[in-house]
Amino acid sequence: MIRFDQVSKRYAEGREALSRVNFEIPDGDMAFLTGHSGAGKSTLLKLIIVMERASQGQVFVQGTNLNRVSRRQIPAIRRDIGVVFQNHQLLFDRTVYDNVALPLTIAGYQPREVGRRVRAALAKVSLSNKEKQFPIALSGGEQQRVGIARAVVNKPSLLLADEPTGNLDPGLSEEIMNLFVQFNQVGVTVLIASHDLGLISQMNRRQLLLHEGRLVEDRPAILTVGSDDGQ
Amino acid sequence: MTDNNSRSTSGASVSARSLRDRWFAYLANHHWVARESLRGLLQVWLASAMTWLVIGIALALPTILYLILSNASNLSGDWNGKPRISVYLQSTVSVAEGQAFAQQLGSQAGDVSSLEYISPAAALAEFTERSGFGDVLQTLDRNPLPAVIVIEPTSRQAAQLQLLIAKLESKPEVESVSFDLVWLERLFAILSLAERFVIALGGFLSLGVLLVIGNTIRLAIENRRAEIEVVKLVGGTDSFVRRPFLYLGFWYGLGGALSAWVLVGLSLIFLATPVEMLLASYQGDFVVSGLGFNESLLLLASGGGLGILGATLAVGRHLRRIEPS
Ligand SMILES: Nc1ncnc2c1ncn2[C@@H]1O[C@H](COP(=O)(O)OP(=O)(O)OP(=O)(O)O)[C@@H](O)[C@H]1O
Ligand SMILES: [Mg+2]
Repeated sequence: MIRFDQVSKRYAEGREALSRVNFEIPDGDMAFLTGHSGAGKSTLLKLIIVMERASQGQVFVQGTNLNRVSRRQIPAIRRDIGVVFQNHQLLFDRTVYDNVALPLTIAGYQPREVGRRVRAALAKVSLSNKEKQFPIALSGGEQQRVGIARAVVNKPSLLLADEPTGNLDPGLSEEIMNLFVQFNQVGVTVLIASHDLGLISQMNRRQLLLHEGRLVEDRPAILTVGSDDGQ
Repeated sequence: MTDNNSRSTSGASVSARSLRDRWFAYLANHHWVARESLRGLLQVWLASAMTWLVIGIALALPTILYLILSNASNLSGDWNGKPRISVYLQSTVSVAEGQAFAQQLGSQAGDVSSLEYISPAAALAEFTERSGFGDVLQTLDRNPLPAVIVIEPTSRQAAQLQLLIAKLESKPEVESVSFDLVWLERLFAILSLAERFVIALGGFLSLGVLLVIGNTIRLAIENRRAEIEVVKLVGGTDSFVRRPFLYLGFWYGLGGALSAWVLVGLSLIFLATPVEMLLASYQGDFVVSGLGFNESLLLLASGGGLGILGATLAVGRHLRRIEPS
């Protein structure tokens, strides 16, 4: 569960990136975060994994008030959150296998268990045959899927993604989105920031719309599949 | 330690595993990190060898000086030219009295290991024989030489010798006591000065080693910035992030100490023969002693320790600043 309670964020330099944002995403939900460039989508995700701290208000993740979390406690919070971020992609001097294994090594899993889980995660993103390759030898879509495998390998209860389909063609984008849907179907809470509006409306999920740091619209999923939600 | 943090609220992912499993995984990670960091160094062996050599030279210098010093104090301790004290007796002391006095000195256990009474006549005879001035001396109507007691003291330490000499000088039978103590005192003074010098130099050069390792680690941290950010993003603790760099520092330090050990060995081979030849002319068989087992161990441990310390300092300063953004 994620809950934002009157959250504002002002960076040291610059104006307010988020202003008095309120929302709640229950466990097992899947939601999209949309808005223009600079609306505050990335900032909101960074608050959830404590890359940034709220200037005002309170952020709760799984019942923990992140304002009260000390530096030493941050790693434990992050281990239960899978992230797919544009500028923290794969390590190019490590194989696909080692990239995906990283969160497990950090959490202290035995090598045998690591192998089992890494293979399961790679199988889910259909990359079982690429585990010994280096990321440089993969296409953009494949790299993105390795990133997703890394995000889910530790079976986090929450999955965050920032522009996961950023520079992929429509077919690949849909494939990636369907992966997130599959994870959501097994109970993972998913929050995705994206401005691929066409794809988002196609997914028919809850949408949070940010505009200049304000949450201006919280549109729930429409239950009747195939209806036009007002474009 | 903190790597094993698990959040009670989190799902089955972390907290379900037993403490024993996590302990073994922790050890396995140490083992893996140690091996990987060493392998990384060997992959760029030329650059690593340069760093090892720099550290090696810095460690070898004080070590060689220390060896010179310990050899020098061995030398002064085992001095074969045994010190002799010549006690000149008053001319008023008769031969019989002199012999009695000598006996009395000899019976004082401890200070004196052996002594010899030389009467004025014996002294004159010896002098005549050695100097070749026999004819001249025979023209004198009186023997000008005093009786001498030559003492070989048990102790060779300056302080104890000084005490013995003062005691002898205070006796009424004694005219004067001669012993060249000054050179011994000077040697001891020089040795203790040199000892301080070696300690100070060792301190300075250790500081240098710390800086070299610290700077090397700083560069390594800079090079692996992207990796550190990703590791922190997926929940790596500070100690997990720190670990590879501490091992790196350890390997730098240990490798440096090993190369210092080799450098010291080579220097000894280079120096030992001429030194032994030089000393052979003064005294019997002197053997230059190198680093013993314990001293070698100490050298390696200091290298490894300095490595870890230098890395800890560098990591403390630089790692905290790197955060995912
Ligand atoms: N580290 C920072 N320091 C100062 N200002 C920042 C920082 N990061 C973001 N901002 C500002 O905060 C605002 C929101 O940025 P944010 O990255 O959250 O937008 P976004 O919705 O993710 O945009 P985009 O779609 O382009 O990624 C912007 O005005 C941005 O300039
Ligand atoms: Mg963004």
